[in-house]
Amino acid sequence: MTYILEVRELTKHFGGLRALEEVSFKVREGSIISIIGPNGAGKTTLFNCLTGITRPTRGHIHLGERELTGLPPHEIVRCGIARTFQNIRVFKEMTVLENVMVGEHIHIKTGLFQTIIRNSVFRSKEREAMDKAMEYLGLVGLEEKAFIPAISLPYGDQKRLEIARALATEPSILLLDEPTAGMNPQETSEVMEMILRLQRFGKTIILIEHDMKVVMGISETIVVLDHGVKIAEGPPDDVRRDPLVIEAYLGRESLVEA
Amino acid sequence: MSYSLKAFRGIMLVALWFSLLFLPFKGPLGAIILFASIVVSISLFRALRRVRFRGIKLSLPYSRYYTLFLLIFLFLFPLFVKDYYLDVAILSCIYVILTLGLNVVVGFTGLLNLGFVAFYAIGAYTYALLNLKLGLGFWQSLPFCLMASTIAGFVLAIPALRLRGDYLAIVTLGFGEITRLILNNWDSLTGGPNGLTGISSPVIFGLSLGRLNRYYYLVLFVVIICYIIIKRVRESKIGRAWLAIREDEISAGSMGVNVTLYKLYAFSFGAFWAGLAGALFAAKMQFISPESFTFIESVLILCMVILGGLGSIEGVIIGALILVILPEVLRGVQNYRMLALGIGLILMMIFRPHGIFGSTMIKKASEKIRVSEGANRI
Repeated sequence: MTYILEVRELTKHFGGLRALEEVSFKVREGSIISIIGPNGAGKTTLFNCLTGITRPTRGHIHLGERELTGLPPHEIVRCGIARTFQNIRVFKEMTVLENVMVGEHIHIKTGLFQTIIRNSVFRSKEREAMDKAMEYLGLVGLEEKAFIPAISLPYGDQKRLEIARALATEPSILLLDEPTAGMNPQETSEVMEMILRLQRFGKTIILIEHDMKVVMGISETIVVLDHGVKIAEGPPDDVRRDPLVIEAYLGRESLVEA
Repeated sequence: MSYSLKAFRGIMLVALWFSLLFLPFKGPLGAIILFASIVVSISLFRALRRVRFRGIKLSLPYSRYYTLFLLIFLFLFPLFVKDYYLDVAILSCIYVILTLGLNVVVGFTGLLNLGFVAFYAIGAYTYALLNLKLGLGFWQSLPFCLMASTIAGFVLAIPALRLRGDYLAIVTLGFGEITRLILNNWDSLTGGPNGLTGISSPVIFGLSLGRLNRYYYLVLFVVIICYIIIKRVRESKIGRAWLAIREDEISAGSMGVNVTLYKLYAFSFGAFWAGLAGALFAAKMQFISPESFTFIESVLILCMVILGGLGSIEGVIIGALILVILPEVLRGVQNYRMLALGIGLILMMIFRPHGIFGSTMIKKASEKIRVSEGANRI
């Protein structure tokens, strides 16, 4: 049992608001773990802390041996954590292919001078990056739309593009923030299959999700947050029956009635 | 047959439209000459495309033909025109370099820079001072000019990049004004408001480039180099990182782009071209004063970028050409030319808010897809 990611007593306060309060959990390599909780529970804040977008007030994040706490986002990507966003943030006026190629940024090693003289080394590296980008697009089923601007993709495709773009950074851990939000059942099951496929490729996946079918269907472990505090952690079946979780989602009354 | 007739009618209409536009300024004779030359040149262009050479069709792609014709035109241009037109052409080239430089900062990276003219001034003054005080020639000074403006860009960027949007614009505006005020008040070095005179022209292999037609070839060469370099940088990892920052900074950071570093690159890279343009400007005018580097100049360059279309390389070149050439063409209506220019810009903002070449493709593509999607749903 090797843990790839360890979060210890992670705390984030925004002024008086306690977005996260001493949240700890471990992620096993190659597993799928879901973070769930009512609105405002601190799920996205947790993602933001993990990816360096916000700096935690206290606590530690370890990736293997390495301490990630306080590193800027572009350094964290180099360590192997990539993410998608809840409200889509594709590069709208760039083509779909270019979006993915931005994801390959840290793996393309060409300098300014090479770029200007455009020698064979530069061209072959660029070619290679493009081929790889097409592969990632193929993985999410967007290779046919590679040369159109990202803004003209329909909503579901933009979500898929975000996943392709995150994969292009070649992460070991992939953070997906509500990948199926706003999708119809058909699309949702497609995304679920894709996530399982990624797991088979050896990626570790952390998921924020509201769709319980997805959460219960594919996750190995579920972490439940409420008002910034971790109230439960465990396999889907345990979490489903946990009284604290039921209370957080449905209120105290329903628990008494049950 | 009907196709070629239709095409010919198209050419006639285009020619008629342009000659009508120029009628008030150049008189009926000018309009007729313009009409004839447009019709002849477009027809010739189309005919040449179909030329078969010993049975082998010339296989240059369409856009290559444009480039070829454009280059031939640009190289032959000085042989046929008066010095006045050459003067305007040289000025246009200098502004094209400036605009391409500013486009990197504003168009690619999305950082509003209202003090761009400061780098232009630094390039110009560096050359003027090295030339007058140390007697260095153009080519010996050029590396120093480029270094000075690039370093200035870098130094300004360090504090400025902590800021975003309006605040960044204000700081860059301040930088531009500070530079101008220093030049205006440091009498012992810069000659204050009187400026510096007697700057020498560049010399290549003992050939002085002081004559306008020779100087024209120099600036044309620089413009072509500038275009190629910026185009190549745009189509590389660096260019993609800049665009990503413009589109979404947080997202760019999460993709591994070092946002601060690439903003620094953009500022310095833009300033580099401004420095080059400044040195060329000083060498051409042989006289510079702080008058040439006012805030209005920054705004003018920004207008060129916006008019052409933020981020579009070809677009901003057209934008620069329009804003240099139009006031010259409109000289006939002296007092009203600025008014006409202003009205033109306002109309632009209403009908083409993304600039002449900005984002139209994108909009069309997205509309098409939305329509087809709607059709699928039904």
